Amino acid sequence: MSERKIGDVILKAENISLSFGGVKALTNISLDVREHEIRAIIGPNGAGKSSMLNVINGVYHPQEGTITYRGEQRKDMDTNAAAQSGIARTFQNIALFSGMSVLDNIMTGRNLKIKSSFIEQALWIGRARREEMENRKVVEEIIDFLQLQHVRKTPVARLPYGIKKRVELARALAAEPNMLLLDEPMAGMNVEEKQDMCRFVLDTNDQFGTTIVLIEHDMGVVMDISDRVAVLDYGKKIGDGTPDEVRNNPEVIKAYLGAH
Amino acid sequence: MPEPTTFPRLLLAHANARPDAPALREKYLGIWQTWTWRETATEVREVAAGLASLGFKRGDNLAIIGDNRPQLYMAFAAAQCLGGIAVPMYQDAVADEMTYVLENAEIKFAIVEDQEQVDKLLEAREKAHVDHIIYDDPRGLRNYSAPGLQSLEALRALGRDYMAKHPSFIDAEIEKGKTTDVSVMLYTSGTTGKPKGVCQTHEAFITAAEGGVSFDKLVGTDNVLSYLPMAWVGDHLFSYAQWLVAGFTVNCPESGDTVMIDLREIGPTYYFAPPRIFEGMLTNVMIRMEDASKLKRWLFDKFMAVAKRSGAKILDGEAVSLGDRVKYALGNVLVFGPLKNTLGLSRIRVAYTAGAAIGPDLFRFYRSIGINLKQLYGQTETCAYVTLQPDRQIKFDSVGKAAPSVEVKLAENGEVLVRGPMVLKEYYKRPDATAESIDQEGYFHTGDAGVFDGDGHLKIIDRAKDVGRLANDAMFAPNYIENKLKFFSHIKEAVCFGHGKDAVMAFINIDLTAVGNWAERRNLVYSGYIDLAGKPEVYELIRECVEQCNAELATEGELAHSQIARFLVLHKELDPDDDELTRTRKVRRGFIQEKYGPLVDALFSGKQIQHIETQVKFEDGRTGSIAADIKIADAKRFPAVAKAAA
Repeated sequence: MSERKIGDVILKAENISLSFGGVKALTNISLDVREHEIRAIIGPNGAGKSSMLNVINGVYHPQEGTITYRGEQRKDMDTNAAAQSGIARTFQNIALFSGMSVLDNIMTGRNLKIKSSFIEQALWIGRARREEMENRKVVEEIIDFLQLQHVRKTPVARLPYGIKKRVELARALAAEPNMLLLDEPMAGMNVEEKQDMCRFVLDTNDQFGTTIVLIEHDMGVVMDISDRVAVLDYGKKIGDGTPDEVRNNPEVIKAYLGAH
Repeated sequence: MPEPTTFPRLLLAHANARPDAPALREKYLGIWQTWTWRETATEVREVAAGLASLGFKRGDNLAIIGDNRPQLYMAFAAAQCLGGIAVPMYQDAVADEMTYVLENAEIKFAIVEDQEQVDKLLEAREKAHVDHIIYDDPRGLRNYSAPGLQSLEALRALGRDYMAKHPSFIDAEIEKGKTTDVSVMLYTSGTTGKPKGVCQTHEAFITAAEGGVSFDKLVGTDNVLSYLPMAWVGDHLFSYAQWLVAGFTVNCPESGDTVMIDLREIGPTYYFAPPRIFEGMLTNVMIRMEDASKLKRWLFDKFMAVAKRSGAKILDGEAVSLGDRVKYALGNVLVFGPLKNTLGLSRIRVAYTAGAAIGPDLFRFYRSIGINLKQLYGQTETCAYVTLQPDRQIKFDSVGKAAPSVEVKLAENGEVLVRGPMVLKEYYKRPDATAESIDQEGYFHTGDAGVFDGDGHLKIIDRAKDVGRLANDAMFAPNYIENKLKFFSHIKEAVCFGHGKDAVMAFINIDLTAVGNWAERRNLVYSGYIDLAGKPEVYELIRECVEQCNAELATEGELAHSQIARFLVLHKELDPDDDELTRTRKVRRGFIQEKYGPLVDALFSGKQIQHIETQVKFEDGRTGSIAADIKIADAKRFPAVAKAAA
């Protein structure tokens, strides 16, 4: 149904190796992400999916390999640079401020867009006032987009799991990212919640043209919504391509599907 | 009596007389947005001209589907400007159900809310010829390229162009409108057979609205929250007809899930809700009170006792001792006031309930905390306007007296007959059904059985055709018994059988919220609805309710024979998607009897357990089946006693 134009490669990870002490988490992995696509990284537990995401995001610094993001090559990312250059993410284990309302949590996603000083904000004068209103508008649009109106003022701690995941997505979207990293957005959800989440991921991609890199455990979900899928197993890449290609890749069948 | 008029002329009158007063509000992006009467009139003209430019003509039907949105209310008026007829449809209906109405009403134009409705109409297009689909919310529709699909924004732009070329067109069309033209077609929910389109004229709804407005002294500064389906006659009367007659402000909630929050923010002065909404509010209050601190619970119990004793009397202006007046005033500061505020009901002048019987305890609760809750009786065919309860003459078991310009009488078999301008013009394309329900003297046969009490208040007992006879010829009014059962907070739905039999049997649906909470407090573990419904403890709980109901029936003369002998707790919730309830949540007894035949047989044959497999339809349209072994329980019956002094 969608006529998104998938563009050029914007992120390229080459020959990435990462180890923690003697444990090799990633071995010589190369993968690329094109503009506006939904790119999935799948694999069994412990395959190195989250590690790969953390490398892209700058949480982990690989011992070997390079990352090129929008033409800029670096040895590794750092989290601040990643955020500044328009990469936002969600976490596998929900990382929200549980005592704060949904609205305030999403507002924190606007942090980088706020230029006014601490004093201005405390006194609510000058830029602070204008910025708050602008940011609130963006946040309200996201609340509308992700249908969170009914919990706008509810503290996050009181929300069911599926909604919390949606709030995390909302906070990531509040940064108006051009690349969104989703770490198992559907883990632990029931069928209905998964369907909702799929729809929101697709809508995000469709409406804002956001490039999405997602890690997922649930094969079915990934095959339905992704443009390209990379498969990891024991820290190595064993397959890469369209969902159909991956589905028919004998090595993938053996390593991943065979295991289930 | 004012000049006979039409809805578009009423709209223009408000736009001229008080252009800057608020007509509509909607919460969008967290902020209440307002349309003044002038803005409303302008937008209505643009939409009307846009429709005209696409070929919408006098007498055409316009389908309107979606949640309560200002743009959709304006669509009603836009169609009527051109002499067209608005056909609101239930927004939660699936494509198949919609197809019937779309075909029957020969819909060529539809104004809908969003992608969800567009998808359904595109699916229905295989059979129905909906040439033009206009949507309000463009989200998700960017890449749709179906022919005849466009946004409301685009339609209004067409309208502006059209008006530039034909400047006097819309006014001339409004001038041509007659008060006797059909203004709206409301499809009845169809307890039996296919839905029928009820054609109502401008005059009918305006008469009904004027009656209600003068009866309750509604004014332009009143506020209502519109959240009930637009396809339902009640919403059309309260949020459209009375809106244009009285000129008050209609507020649309942000989304279906935020109604209670929006209610609190708006604080309406005039409120309408079916009993189940009031019941849901009260259940919530009670659940939260159980979790409240000891002091708060003590205060609540203490002052609710005062309210129970004297609150309703104070509201009705009856004599109350000074001591109780002082206590009630204190209670108002400490308990009732904050409670009403939390519920969003602190500014209410008049509240109505209708559509189903309301439990006496429920009704008294709201009146005792000072909310002027009243009952009314009406039907789609009578613009939801037959009887109203006058202030200070409130009874929980009656629906009040005949409203202004309505004549009510009872037929020999007890059926309620109604005559007046609010009676429908006809059923669309169904002269047979029209002739059947309107007699030569012009009385509409409501199909409800009722009686007048000593003060001339009407009391509705049951559907006339549902009133049956037991084998011993005693009267059997299933609806009456079912309502009695539903008044228990643990029971959500009940279905009774007994016509032609020697005893009455019942299906029970438990209320998952109330029973779930009850189970949690008893540390009763359950995995879901089916599991909970089958618990022996739950059966015991329901048995108590059934036996209490039997004890009441024992005091009600002939109805004493209708005491429930055996019952079972159904393994699934009765659902409109499975055709077991109508869209307005009335049980379809015949259909249920057929679908659950083995269970009904097991009840009457004295079995203790019965296996059943049932088809269910999920929200996304897939079907599945669930199976369960259902236990059957006996209930104690009581000897008939003479009615005790109340």
